[in-house]
Amino acid sequence: MPEMTLIDAVRAAMDEELARDPRVFITGEDVGKRGGVFRATMGLYEKYGEKRIVDSPLAELSIVAIGIGAACAGLIPICEIQFADFIHPAFNQIVNEAAKMYYRSGGAWNVPLTIRAPYGGGIGGGLYHSQSVEAFFTHVPGLKVVIPSTPYDAKGLLKSAVRDPNPVLFFEPKKGYRSIKGEVPAGEYTVPIGKARVARQGNDVSVYAYGMMAHYAVQAAEQVAHEDGIQCDVIDLRTLLPIDKETILASFKKTGKALIVYEDNLTMGYGAEIAAILCSDGFEYMDAPIMRLGGPDVPAVPFSHPLQEAFMPNPHKIAAAIRQLAAY
Amino acid sequence: MPTNVIMPQLGESVVEGTLSRWLKQVGERVEEFEPIAEVTTDKVDTEIPSPASGILLAIYVAEGQTVERGTLLAVIGQPDERVEAMPSIVPAHAHEGAAAQTSAPSAEAQKSTAQRYSPVVARMAAEHGIDLTRIRGTGLGGRVTKKDVEAYLAAQAAQKQPASELAPWEQPGGGDLFKPTDEIFAAANAKQATPVSQPAITPIQPPTQPLPSAELSGTLVPHSTMRRAIAKHMVESKLHTAPHVTTVFEIDMTRVMAHWKANEAAFAAQGVRLTLTAYFVAAIVRAAQAQPTLNSRWTDDGLLVPNVVNVGMAVALNDGLIVPVIKNAQDLSLIGLARQVNDLATRARAKQLKPDDLQGGTITLTNHGVSGSLFATPIINQPQSAIVGTGAVTKRPVVITDADGNDVLAIRPMLYATLTFDHRVADGAIADAFMRVFKETLENWR
Repeated sequence: MPEMTLIDAVRAAMDEELARDPRVFITGEDVGKRGGVFRATMGLYEKYGEKRIVDSPLAELSIVAIGIGAACAGLIPICEIQFADFIHPAFNQIVNEAAKMYYRSGGAWNVPLTIRAPYGGGIGGGLYHSQSVEAFFTHVPGLKVVIPSTPYDAKGLLKSAVRDPNPVLFFEPKKGYRSIKGEVPAGEYTVPIGKARVARQGNDVSVYAYGMMAHYAVQAAEQVAHEDGIQCDVIDLRTLLPIDKETILASFKKTGKALIVYEDNLTMGYGAEIAAILCSDGFEYMDAPIMRLGGPDVPAVPFSHPLQEAFMPNPHKIAAAIRQLAAY
Repeated sequence: MPTNVIMPQLGESVVEGTLSRWLKQVGERVEEFEPIAEVTTDKVDTEIPSPASGILLAIYVAEGQTVERGTLLAVIGQPDERVEAMPSIVPAHAHEGAAAQTSAPSAEAQKSTAQRYSPVVARMAAEHGIDLTRIRGTGLGGRVTKKDVEAYLAAQAAQKQPASELAPWEQPGGGDLFKPTDEIFAAANAKQATPVSQPAITPIQPPTQPLPSAELSGTLVPHSTMRRAIAKHMVESKLHTAPHVTTVFEIDMTRVMAHWKANEAAFAAQGVRLTLTAYFVAAIVRAAQAQPTLNSRWTDDGLLVPNVVNVGMAVALNDGLIVPVIKNAQDLSLIGLARQVNDLATRARAKQLKPDDLQGGTITLTNHGVSGSLFATPIINQPQSAIVGTGAVTKRPVVITDADGNDVLAIRPMLYATLTFDHRVADGAIADAFMRVFKETLENWR
């Protein structure tokens, strides 16, 4: 099985979907001739032509709005937002139009739209190239929110997203675009949306994470297993909306102790919802206060390298939190 | 400014100790250097002197709990001072961890001690009928963790052999008095399958530890599990649950003794040893049916009055006491009752009672007369409302009035019987009405 980077897997998924279904097209800033700023669409313009790989104006609102209109008209758009930080101009289109279309039209119209956006910090990108925006959208019924952490899942989940009849936000951990490698089957396969992945098994502490943090969580889990004999269950959530409560609770019932890691700032982040699920549905299995590890509540990920390090959760910080929880 | 009482280092390499007894209670005045608690370690037993004069404001470590050196035991201060539920003193290792920003456990949560239990620990304790104070916590500040409970259960399971089919029979707060813990059952049950020579319950051990006190020489006898269970139930019933009142009746047992003598052999022919206990149970049934208020359980919602009379009978064992229950005593004849009394007493002494034998009692009999006692004031077997005590039947001169109205002195077999009842449930008049039926039943036995 060939080994691929995360970004290669994303490209492979789009390539296969473009080849499979002529209704699929890609639009976004620099996705055409340039092949995308991260090279996610490299070679696709040459292969599929300008009618299917469409460079857009520098206007996220219109990228998504065009996608919604095309989807309603029977096409299957993949919209690329160059950085998740820039998705905010399209917020109205996503929340008010894409998410509500099926509901508001009584099922007459649906929006099979996929919006891809690199997200997350740790790459020295500073305020406008490091944001985590998932929590804004996981609050919106009508959307699906997917964050893969491995090349295998990135390909399988993106293909599922393209085929999904609903609008799917597909956030890619950009720090892992080239650093995360893994085996990816060459041909057709999909990974279902809505199922978390048990990345590592243990009975002492459950660690919930997604994206880059899922990798860090596994690294931290290996570290504490080696140094302290603490065995962690690591749950890579993969899909943030809809939530895979079953897998989340199964792990918690086993361990009774939960750490939720996300690189967004802490307050009102996605981890709060996981904590609420554990409290309401797992109360009688709880053996320690539920713990969240996130970034501090500052307006953005700082540009300064030491400050960025202070902001970002990393394997060392996760290991410290696991030890604290295991000792409780 | 309140002063903290801290678990001291009690000798070289001694890092923990068991708080065996509080010598002062919350609210009491203590003087500096006055002993306020007794502490036991594996090397030394000692008293902890008060570090200050004032009022004992709060106690954070329960008797019997083992804690590390440096643990906060209590706070001493002035009467108007207020203390937190669990202030200060976080074990040093709780501060590790350089997280970017963590939301929990909060500093407050980390201060919890072994006296507070997580939901999963509380649930497991309820499911398995575990007394959590018996488990040594390995969590932060001595917390009992889920793993501690699992380890405890695993140790229990390793001890018992065929006991796995026994349902957990004692729920906290719902247990009848005198019930031993589940371990006793496991042990008792295990005995059935193992050679008779193996004792089911650890007998009182020969003294193993020298008594620490200099002015009082002697030995310290460890408590058996049953002793601890009895102690707990007694304190709970008498001090924390029911206001006890006792009424005493004198009963002429002439008719019963005559009936007994006349039927003893006939009963024996049917394999039943007739004892006075059977008569007493029969009389309790009559009295309970006449005054059902006392055949009851107090609940916050109302008085639970069963439509059956299940009579518990206290059976003395070498190392304690157990109360098997005669179910549906109202349906049994004297011989049926006697047969039940025989069976339960025999199996109780052989430690072969089943959990079900101990459940469902609605009223209890303690026939303390078998050991010569004339009358006693027993403790109510919670959650019941009353207990009947019967003393020794002794021949005494009594004044009786003959058919012609003449008073004469006669020698009669006499009995003092007591009814100890929960004054929340009933008043003296009802209790005495109960005892009148009890008395008339025995005096007019035929």
